[in-house]
Amino acid sequence: MMMSVALPVVLPLLFGALSVMFWRSHFAQRSLGVLGTGAMLAVSVWLLADTWEHGHVVMEMGSWPAPFGIVLVSDMLAAIMVVLTGIIGFATALYSLSGIGKMSEKFGYYPLLHLLLAGVNGAFLTGDIFNLYVWFEVMLVASFALLILGGERAQMEGAIKYVTLNLLSSMIFLTAIGLTYGLTGTLNMADIGDKLSTVEDTGLITVIAMLYLVAFGVKAAAFPFFFWLPASYHTPKVAVSALFAGLLTKVGVYALYRVFTLIFNQDVDYTHEILLWVAAATMLTGVLGAAAHYEFRRILSFHIISQIGYMIMGLALFTPLALVGGVFYIMHHIIVKANLFLISGITFVMKGTHELKQMGGIYRTHPMLGVLFLIPALSLAGLPPLSGFFAKFIIIRAGIEAEAYWAVAVALVVGLLTLYSMIKIWAEVFWKAQPEGVETDDVTSGPMIWMWIPVIMLALMTVAIGLYGEPIYQMALMSAEQLLDPSQYIEAVLGETRQ
Amino acid sequence: MNMHSLILRTAGHFLLPLLLLFSVFLLLRGHDEPGGGFIGGLVAAAAIVLYLFSMDIQSARKVLRVDPRDVLGTGMVLAVISAIPGVFRGQAFFTAQWWEFTAPLFGEMKLSTVLIFDIGVYLVVIGSVLTIMLNLAEAEE
Repeated sequence: MMMSVALPVVLPLLFGALSVMFWRSHFAQRSLGVLGTGAMLAVSVWLLADTWEHGHVVMEMGSWPAPFGIVLVSDMLAAIMVVLTGIIGFATALYSLSGIGKMSEKFGYYPLLHLLLAGVNGAFLTGDIFNLYVWFEVMLVASFALLILGGERAQMEGAIKYVTLNLLSSMIFLTAIGLTYGLTGTLNMADIGDKLSTVEDTGLITVIAMLYLVAFGVKAAAFPFFFWLPASYHTPKVAVSALFAGLLTKVGVYALYRVFTLIFNQDVDYTHEILLWVAAATMLTGVLGAAAHYEFRRILSFHIISQIGYMIMGLALFTPLALVGGVFYIMHHIIVKANLFLISGITFVMKGTHELKQMGGIYRTHPMLGVLFLIPALSLAGLPPLSGFFAKFIIIRAGIEAEAYWAVAVALVVGLLTLYSMIKIWAEVFWKAQPEGVETDDVTSGPMIWMWIPVIMLALMTVAIGLYGEPIYQMALMSAEQLLDPSQYIEAVLGETRQ
Repeated sequence: MNMHSLILRTAGHFLLPLLLLFSVFLLLRGHDEPGGGFIGGLVAAAAIVLYLFSMDIQSARKVLRVDPRDVLGTGMVLAVISAIPGVFRGQAFFTAQWWEFTAPLFGEMKLSTVLIFDIGVYLVVIGSVLTIMLNLAEAEE
C-alpha cells in the first residue's frame, strides 16, 4: 500500500480543517500554514521518489477497485506537478507571514490557502475524470474567495469575470464528461483511454476532444479564452496573485497534457494541429498584451498567457523531445512566475504602487532586489544559463525537428518580446530615477524578512535548474516517455482487473 | 429581527428541541435510508434559525452556547480524521472501518468511520449555515 500518493491531498485538507478550528488565533493559523505546506512539500518529495522508483503509484480510495471506485494515480508528470505545488505553497505561506495582513487572516485566508492546495493536488493526482471536475470546483470555490479577500471594487470586478468564465468552462467540461460517459460507460481515465483506443470511427471522439480543449483552454488561459486572467490576477493580495500565477493555469495545462496523451491519441494529426495553432496564437497575443501595459502585475499576467503557449506547443508537437521540453517548461515557469509576482509585492511595499510610471530608483537603494529580479526576469526571457534558456531551447529544437518552422519562428519572436517587457520593468522600476513628486514609504526592516526568504529561495532554484539541469531533464524525459506510452498508465491502474 | 409574535415565540421554544432531536434521528437513519449528515445538519441549523427569528441574536447565540465557526472547524477535522483509520490497517484512505460490540439493553451494535464522517458533515453544515445566518442577521441590525 502506497500512502505517498494520497498524503499530498489529505494533508492540506487536514491542516485546512485544523486552521478553521483555531480560527481565533492568528499565531496558530500562521504556524499551521507554514507547517502544513512544509509537510505537504515533504510528502510530495516522497511521492516523487516513489514514482521515480516504481513508474506509477496507484491507490484505490476507500478500497473500491478501479474502474468502479476513484483512484489516485501518480505518474512522473503528476508527481513533478505535486512537488511544484509544494514548493509554491510553502513559499507563499512564508511570504504570507508578513505580506497578508490581519484582516485577510480573519476572513479565512489560511483555510482557503490549504483548500486551494488540496484542490490543485487532487486535480494532479486523480485518475477519474469526474473527480477531476470536482477538484476543479474545489479550486474554483477557494480561488474565488481568495480573490475577493479585501473586498475592493476592482477585486469584485475581476472576480466576477473570473468566476463567470470559469463556471462556463466547468459547464462545457461537464458536458464533455457526460458525452464521454455515454460513449464508454466509464469515468476512470485509464479505462476510457483503453476503451477508446479500440474504437474505429473517431469522428465523435474528436468532437468530444474539442469540448475538452475548450474547457481546459479556459482554465489554462489559452487563446482565445484568456481574457479573464489579465482582468483578475492583478487585483488580489500579492501572495494570492503569486499562488494563482504559479499554479492555477498550470492545472489547466496539466489536464490538457493528461487527456491529449492518455485519452485522445487517435487522430493526432488533426487534434494536435489545432493545439499547435492555439499555442502560437496564445504566445503571440499574450506577449503583445504585455507590451502595451504599464502596470507591474498586469504585465506579468499577460506573460503567463504567452508562456502557456510554449507549454501547449510542447504538447502539440507530440514528439518525445517536445514533451520533455513542455514538462521542463512547466517546471521552470511555475517557479519563475511565482517569484516575479512575489517580487512585485516587495516593490509595492517600497513604493506603494504597482504603476511602473510612478516607481523608480530601487536599484540605487536596494541593489540586491534588482539582482533578485533579474534572475527570474532573464530566465523568463530565456537567457542562458538560467532555467528558461534550456526550457525554450528544448522546445524550439523539437519544433525544428518536427519541421513546424512557423511555430518556431513565433516562439523565437515571442522570446525576444518577452525580453523587451522584462527590460521595460527593469528600466522603469529599478533603473530610472524616482519620478518627482511621488511619495515613497520606504520600509526596509522588521517583518519584511519573510518576504525576502521565499524570493531568494525561488531565485536560487531558478539558477540551480539552469546550472544543474541534468536531474530535472531526466525527470522530464521519464514523464515524456510515460505520456507517449499510455499503456503503462492503463496497465498500472487496471492491471489486476483486466486479466 | 425580533418579530414580537407570541405564537412564533411560543412555538419556537417547543420546536427547537423537537427539531434538534429530529435532526439527530435523520443523521443516524442516513446510513441505509434517506437522511444523513447533510440533511440532518440543515434541519438542526433550521431549528436554531427559527429560534433566531422568534427571539433575537443574543438569545440564539446563547442557546447555541458555542461559536458556529468552532462547530464548523470541529466538523471538518472529524470528517478528515474519519479517512485515516483505514491506513493503520494497511488499507487505502477512506476505507470504512467497522467495530462490532454488544451493549446492554441495545444488543449487538455496529460503529463505523462512516458515522464519524457523517457527524463531521452534520457539524460542518450547522456551522457554515449558522455562521452565514448570524452574520447576516447582525449586519441587518
